[in-house]
Order: sequence, then structure tokens, then C-alpha cells
Amino acid sequence: MTHWNNFSRGLFKENAVFVLFLGLCPTLAVTTSAFNGLGMGLATSFVLLFSNIVVSAVKAKIPDKVRIPCYIVIIATFVTIVNLLMEAYTPDLHEQLGLFIPLIVVNCVVLGRTEAFASKNSLIPSALDGLGTGLGFTMSLILLGAIRECLGAGSIFGFEFIKTGGLIIFILPPGAFLVLGYLIVFVNKFNNKST
Amino acid sequence: MEKNSVTNKAKSTFRNMVISLAFVTLTSSVALAFIYELTKEPIEEAQRIKIITAIENVMPEFNNIPTEEMYLLPLEGDTIKLYPAKKDGILVGTAVETFSKIGFNGTIRLIVGLQPDGAIYDISVIKHKETPGLGDKIEKQKSDFTDQFKYKYPDNFILQVSKDNGDVDAITAATISSRAFCDAVQRAWNIYKEINEK
Repeated sequence: MTHWNNFSRGLFKENAVFVLFLGLCPTLAVTTSAFNGLGMGLATSFVLLFSNIVVSAVKAKIPDKVRIPCYIVIIATFVTIVNLLMEAYTPDLHEQLGLFIPLIVVNCVVLGRTEAFASKNSLIPSALDGLGTGLGFTMSLILLGAIRECLGAGSIFGFEFIKTGGLIIFILPPGAFLVLGYLIVFVNKFNNKST
Repeated sequence: MEKNSVTNKAKSTFRNMVISLAFVTLTSSVALAFIYELTKEPIEEAQRIKIITAIENVMPEFNNIPTEEMYLLPLEGDTIKLYPAKKDGILVGTAVETFSKIGFNGTIRLIVGLQPDGAIYDISVIKHKETPGLGDKIEKQKSDFTDQFKYKYPDNFILQVSKDNGDVDAITAATISSRAFCDAVQRAWNIYKEINEK
């Protein structure tokens, strides 16, 4: 398997949100705007990349029976680091995302990739896998956030193009389910055609 | 040794488990302690800037440092903070950081600028979790809801929405958020009056 495969798998073929349906809780909750989606996606990517690297580096030293607690501690460490850094340098975004940053610890995408990939592969493939999955996740969140923001608030990345606002339901939680559902329909249609 | 351990995974013996768990937790504590120290000052600075900007938004021009002259009052399990703003030593107003717990979703925090004569100079929202698109119109950037409070004297301007026989025009479809907003302003006013009468 080439490096490109390791990287691109998470982007399209095994996209965490649209294909594997992992990490849907933050996906639905924070994508009220494209910018929030971007912030959440990048924070998760950071955690994915570094926990994959560390887990891959220490995998041989960790006995099987305690591997999950060890992985969770490693993931939680990186999540706390992201949380502190965001609080210090991007306080507005940190406030918007609020509780969902600490909750990256329990995002199943992160534990999923460390357990299924990094614990079995060497360092560089694991890093590429983490980065690819993270960027795929970011992409999905931006897409979802952009659509919801367009329809719900009449703006994109904060730039208003409809002065009267939009259909508020798309900003509210039901809108997240609606948009995600339709996006999955399109992704599946596309995937079926290409195979 | 190093090569051996890659091919031969560590066995799940009690000793190995204790060592690996201890090592992982210890390393992460050290890393976190380091990052915590590193970000401690920027975090405090970010919070201070936020408060200062909020005070600047609700006060006429001042040249003291209101956060250094701040005094606080415990109330209902929370605190009200008062920041006196002065220009060349003369009081130009007091910024009152207040709260309301009757919002649609969690506590709402406002900063209310009161002139020395008791008129509201301006109001700015510090923190809220109201519904985006509805209740979040209490933010100044999102609607002109807060403008109706400007230069009003809370003694003869009833801080209640018109539905409750008050003088405040509520945000359409966000009566609860509007009520909570009024509640917070009223609380700020009550405290301010109480202190000035003492």
C-alpha cells in the first residue's frame, strides 16, 4: 500500500462522516456555521495526527490488556493541549465550540483510527492515515456547516448575502439531521455509480 | 533490544501493565503541566482583553484601568462585578457585569454601562448560549434590540417585555431570551442603586 493510499483513504473512500458514520455527535452539534465546522475539524485533525503518531511509536511497549486505557490517556492529553491552546489563542472560537472540544476525547473516529490503524502500522503510514482522516473529517464538517449556514442564516463564513436571514430550522438541531441525511444520499449515489 | 521489542509485543504481565500505565500517565502529566504553564498567561490576557473590550463598548471615553478598580458582590450564588470608568479621575460611568439565569439555554452574561446619573449608556452581551438565529439577536452585531435601552432611566423605563406590561419590545419569536435580558439589566440596576444609596 502506498503512502498516497494511506492518506487519501480517510479523505474519500473511508470518509469518517459520510461513509463510516463515525463521530456524528460533534458533526451534528457544532456545524451551525462553516467556520465552526472548520475549527472543530482542525482541532480533531490535530488530535488524530498526534495520537496516531504517538500510539504507533509506543505500540510495542504497551501490553494488549491495557492498550485502550493507554490510548485514551494519550488522546486525552492531546485534546487537553488543543483545548488550552485554543483558549489562549482563539478565545472566540473556543467559546463557540465550548464543550465539544473536550468531548473530542470520546470521538470514536480518534480511538477508531488509533486502534484499527496506528496500533498495527509503523509511524509514517499512521501519521498519513491520521492526517487524511482528519482532513476528511474537516472537509465534511465544513461542507455540512456551509450548507446549514447558507440555508439557515443566508451567509457563508460569516459573509452575509441574504439580508433577511434564512430558514432558521437549518441552524437548529433538526436541520443538522436533514442536511446530513441528504448529503449521505448524494454520497451513496456517487459511490454506487463509481463502482 | 529495541528491534526485538518491535517484533515481540510486550506481554500482558502485571509488571508490564503497571509500568506501561505509569509511564503513559506520567509522560502525559508532564506534557500537560508544561502546556498549562505555557498557555496560562495568554489565557488570562485573552480574558482580560475580552472584559476591557466589553467595558469600552458600553462606556464613554475613559482613561483609567477599570479592571484594577473592580469590586464584586456575591448574589444568588453568582457574582456581580462593577467596573468604575474614570476620565482624569472623574467618574464617567460604571460598567456592571451582570447575569440572568432565566435564559432559554444556560446563564446569560451582560455588561451594562450606567452613567453617573443612572441612565443606561449601552449594553453588551459577554456570554450566552441562546438559539442561533432567534435568541442570539440579543447580541449587538445581530440586531438593534439593545439600542432601545440606550439613555433610558430604569426608574421610569419598565424593564419588562411589552407582553408583561413593560416598555421593552421583545425580539420576535424570542420572548424568553428578551425576558432574561431584561432580568439581567434589572439586576444590574438594583445592585447599582443599592450601592449608591449606601
